[in-house]
Amino acid sequence: MNIWLIMLCGGLATFAIRLSFIYLFGRLRIGEGLRRALNYVPPSVLSAIVFPELFMPGGAFDVSLGNVRLLAGTAAALVAWFSKNTLATIVAGMAVLTLLSLF
Amino acid sequence: MTRRDYFWAGVRAELPLLVGVMPFGMIYGALALNVGLSKLASQLMSSIVFAGSSQFITAKLVGEGAPGLVIVVTIAVVNLRHALYSASIAPFLSPCATPWKLLLSYLLTDEAYAPAIVHYESRGIGPYSHWFLLGTGLTLWSGWQASTALGIFLGAAIPTAWSLDFALPLTFIAMVVPLLKTRASAASAFIAGLVSLGAYQLPYKLGLILAAAAGIAVGVYLEGRRKG
Repeated sequence: MNIWLIMLCGGLATFAIRLSFIYLFGRLRIGEGLRRALNYVPPSVLSAIVFPELFMPGGAFDVSLGNVRLLAGTAAALVAWFSKNTLATIVAGMAVLTLLSLF
Repeated sequence: MTRRDYFWAGVRAELPLLVGVMPFGMIYGALALNVGLSKLASQLMSSIVFAGSSQFITAKLVGEGAPGLVIVVTIAVVNLRHALYSASIAPFLSPCATPWKLLLSYLLTDEAYAPAIVHYESRGIGPYSHWFLLGTGLTLWSGWQASTALGIFLGAAIPTAWSLDFALPLTFIAMVVPLLKTRASAASAFIAGLVSLGAYQLPYKLGLILAAAAGIAVGVYLEGRRKG
């Protein structure tokens, strides 16, 4: 699929989601089950993307001290936990990766 | 309050949030360019999709050559939470005419919603109070477009020898870690991560959707069990 078509479909889907309840006010209710499930979308999707990046940097599972991306990612996660700051997390992760890559 | 009062009150309420949003927009612009999107596509994604985390994910999946349908489904799943904002702000916008509902829905991002809902719930609504959401939404929209452009401009100057691609998972780490406040959300993230490793070899990046489904199921199950 062409990048423009992907963006258009993704944009329309996003717009339709945002419009849904505003447009159908009074005619559409959000169920308790769905409301609960939506809370777990961000942690699930984000970590499903992050895990392979850290544990399988070359496409194969690698848990060793030679896996600098896993070490840098772990350091970044600690910074994220304590600082809750996006920029600090990125800077810390990039700094650790750069330092470890020198050795 | 007049239309103008509401609008500027919205703009003022949004400005502090731009401090957090603009670095994010710059990183998006630089990364989109880095994974191989054209400058035009990188910039226009910020107004066509106009949703931070799903733009990062789209850039990443496009760069990896994932099939379009999987990318579109992923964008929709990631943005499903906007249905919650839509439901929560709908009563306050119900008197508006349809063109207003269309415009304000387009502008309904996390950061535009947050100050607006606080305002509506504490002050109630008047005949012009939808102008407040227009103020927060347009301010955020402008900041997002400008910071994307700046990111594209700076991104073109960053040497490819730097492992800039790693900034993407780092951005996601920064987003996900603060969410792991409960046992259910931590377990949901952990299971989704494990499944994504196990299902990595599945074609068409389907492992991503499978992993997300597993994580959501575990979170819902644990939360339900805790509540008995």
